[in-house]
Amino acid sequence: MYKLLLSWRYLRTRYIALASIVSVTLGVATMIVVNSVMHGFTTEMRNRIHGILSDVVFESRTIDGFRDAQWHMDRISQIAGNEIAAMTPTVVVPAMLNFEVGDQWITKPVQLIGIDPETQGKVSDFGHYLQHPANRETLSFELRERGYDTYDHQAGPNSRPRKQMAFAGMGYRRRMAESRRFLAAMTAPPGQASAPKAGAGEGASIPPADPFAGVNLADPFSQKKSEEGEAADSGYEQHTGLVMGIALGSFPQQIGKKKDGTPEYEDVFMVLPGDDVKLTFPTAGMPPQAASGLFTIVDFYESKMSEYDSSFMFMPIRKLQEMRGMIDPTTQVAMVNSIQIKLKPGVDGSALRDKLQAEFHPELYVVSTWQDKQSALLAAVQMETAILNILLFLIIAVAGFGILAIFFMIVVEKTRDIGILKSLGASGWGVMGIFLAYGLALGLLGSGVGMGLGLWLVAQINWIADVLGRITGRPVFDPEIYYFYKIPAIVDPFTVTWIVCGAVAIAVLASVLPAIRAARMHPVEALRYE
Amino acid sequence: MSDGLSPFQPDSAGRPMHSPLHFSPEAPAGQMLEDASEREGGLDRRRRERRGPGVPACDGSAAARGLFPREDAGVDAGVHLRRDPPVQLCAVDLKKNYQKGPVVIPVLRGVSLSVREGEMLAIVGKSGSGKSTLLHLLATLDAPDAGEIYFDGQRVDHLAGLERDALRNRYLGMIFQFYHLLPELTTLENVLMPLMIGENVWGYVRRRRQLRQTAAGLLEMVGLGHRLRHRPRELSGGEMQRAAIARALVGSPRILLADEPTGNLDFASGREILELLHRLNAERKLTIVMVTHDPSIAEQADRTIRLVEGQLEPGAGPARL
Repeated sequence: MYKLLLSWRYLRTRYIALASIVSVTLGVATMIVVNSVMHGFTTEMRNRIHGILSDVVFESRTIDGFRDAQWHMDRISQIAGNEIAAMTPTVVVPAMLNFEVGDQWITKPVQLIGIDPETQGKVSDFGHYLQHPANRETLSFELRERGYDTYDHQAGPNSRPRKQMAFAGMGYRRRMAESRRFLAAMTAPPGQASAPKAGAGEGASIPPADPFAGVNLADPFSQKKSEEGEAADSGYEQHTGLVMGIALGSFPQQIGKKKDGTPEYEDVFMVLPGDDVKLTFPTAGMPPQAASGLFTIVDFYESKMSEYDSSFMFMPIRKLQEMRGMIDPTTQVAMVNSIQIKLKPGVDGSALRDKLQAEFHPELYVVSTWQDKQSALLAAVQMETAILNILLFLIIAVAGFGILAIFFMIVVEKTRDIGILKSLGASGWGVMGIFLAYGLALGLLGSGVGMGLGLWLVAQINWIADVLGRITGRPVFDPEIYYFYKIPAIVDPFTVTWIVCGAVAIAVLASVLPAIRAARMHPVEALRYE
Repeated sequence: MSDGLSPFQPDSAGRPMHSPLHFSPEAPAGQMLEDASEREGGLDRRRRERRGPGVPACDGSAAARGLFPREDAGVDAGVHLRRDPPVQLCAVDLKKNYQKGPVVIPVLRGVSLSVREGEMLAIVGKSGSGKSTLLHLLATLDAPDAGEIYFDGQRVDHLAGLERDALRNRYLGMIFQFYHLLPELTTLENVLMPLMIGENVWGYVRRRRQLRQTAAGLLEMVGLGHRLRHRPRELSGGEMQRAAIARALVGSPRILLADEPTGNLDFASGREILELLHRLNAERKLTIVMVTHDPSIAEQADRTIRLVEGQLEPGAGPARL
């Protein structure tokens, strides 16, 4: 009892010791904040990656793929049918994107993915990342009339405005065609004004000349074009629909400053749903040839993973197979180069991957889980978290040495009291208990306050980041870099418990040596001490 | 942890108890260790017995060597023998050296003495004569290099640490020249401290009202009833010493060891303290061993022994007022 009473009194009267645990408090708070933010980031990132990628991806090693997706899917079902929720075949090819902004052509390398609009939504959160509410319900490669979101629906109405999106859609496409036609009429030599040239493309009339206009396009494309007829070319009807990664066609632009002085941005779109772009990609077979075609953007894809948002383009798989020559003309059996597999909840992806890989020859097929696909990134984040934790825990350990030093001081200061207690019959263990209890109390207090502070900081993290940004004049959290509008922070109770326990343990451990010293103190020497 | 232990429990090594403190005529020692209630019973029995005549005072050999004063050598020896209370504390040939670097300084060079129950004994001597060391040895705060100490007829100087702690806590009360109150605690808490040490947390919480009453009653008795919530630094020297006396008494000790109890006090306060000690000695039959360098104080004791350079002054026989 006297141990508790005395350690309580020491706690309340020895402010120097309280100073020594400030570093414990700060260490605990920082660790909680860092872990929560890292955990939030990781979770958000994993969710996004997982949302984009299906659980397991079954791919061929060649870009030309394998014949008969249905046979493969049946085979996969035979092997692990009861673990699989859905499958969809896809074709993934590298491609080159060209579109015109103002008077210049922009070229970007992209990853072109042919998807089955029916089943794609079943294997990943693909639909969730689209900009038209109806497309989020059921994906369609038909251009919508209007009604695209004018803000980031994932971030809410207070996010960066996207005013241009209000125009996007079929109506915009028609107006653009009208104006082009009008411009052509105005600039064309008299007598030819009312006759648009077939096959010239809408860019032909606007300087500089469409570099694709004179190119002899690859077979599938030119055939296609003649089938679609003049209507699409003139801009009143759409070409094949294309979902484009949002970062490929837009950029954020500062439009001023908010009241608090932080810069305010809006998204500027270089192309909108309704505009046409050109894609060039290799055909199947050897040697590959360039296939090229005009496509109409029907929606934007925004996963917030900049890597994906700035490289992915989606189009209907059948069209891509056609254009690449992946369909057997006699049997109509198409080739695909990957199958996306969604697992039932609770199924271990790695186990399924190994099971499939054992059945399909690894020289021809690669089976990987979504974690494998992003293992480098996930491992890097994990590594970062681990190193940060080690560093921060070292800070608390340093604080432990502070406690050790101050405890030694207090033991020396309390030498006489220790003698008194021993003369009253307190045992060495009892005296040791006073200082251990004191250390425990300090540790609990320090890490308790640290926990409170940490949790408060996590709760207010975005506000604090804003304030810090305002003070330093440089945004702490730049949404342009991270593609999140706010810092995602998730408090993991397990981690918090560990941090607090670790800090308390350090405080107690730091008080062990001084406590032993106090316990060993000779009562007569201690009483004589002045 | 010693707080919950009584001296009747085996030490941490589980060594069987052979100390006479655990002796009970009815039960063998091992059995006595079994449970607390029986232990308490044994204590009462022992106390009852102690009051009766014929309890061995010190061990036989010491008595045979005639190393402690025998008051029955007086004129009215026969009457005295029957009336004399038993010897409570007894030291035989105590030696203690202090080592300062390579130099060994002998502080006590073979001191023998005995204190009878209810006696007030003053140990006088110049500073450096070893009187404080003697008191510390008697209080088992320190161990002698040679010699034996008996408390209630059983040897205590070689007891294990936890047993010695329990002995100090239960049977000995100590007061010091510099009062030695704990500055963080109130007067009441200071007085409660030996009880807190003696009880475990649960026992203290359960009996706290009763224990607080005991402590407050003692403070009332020493005239500090109005100072319960004051910190030691808010008290005068005399008040602090009275609080220290209350603290020493709160565990109902058998003997009070006082180290220069008035050494730091002005004359009036010193006299008050002495009067208090006398009252305790007279009313409670409390055995008091007091170390002092002031002959005028020593005079008021029942008996005075004088230490000169670590030895009892030759010829300083038993003095009685």
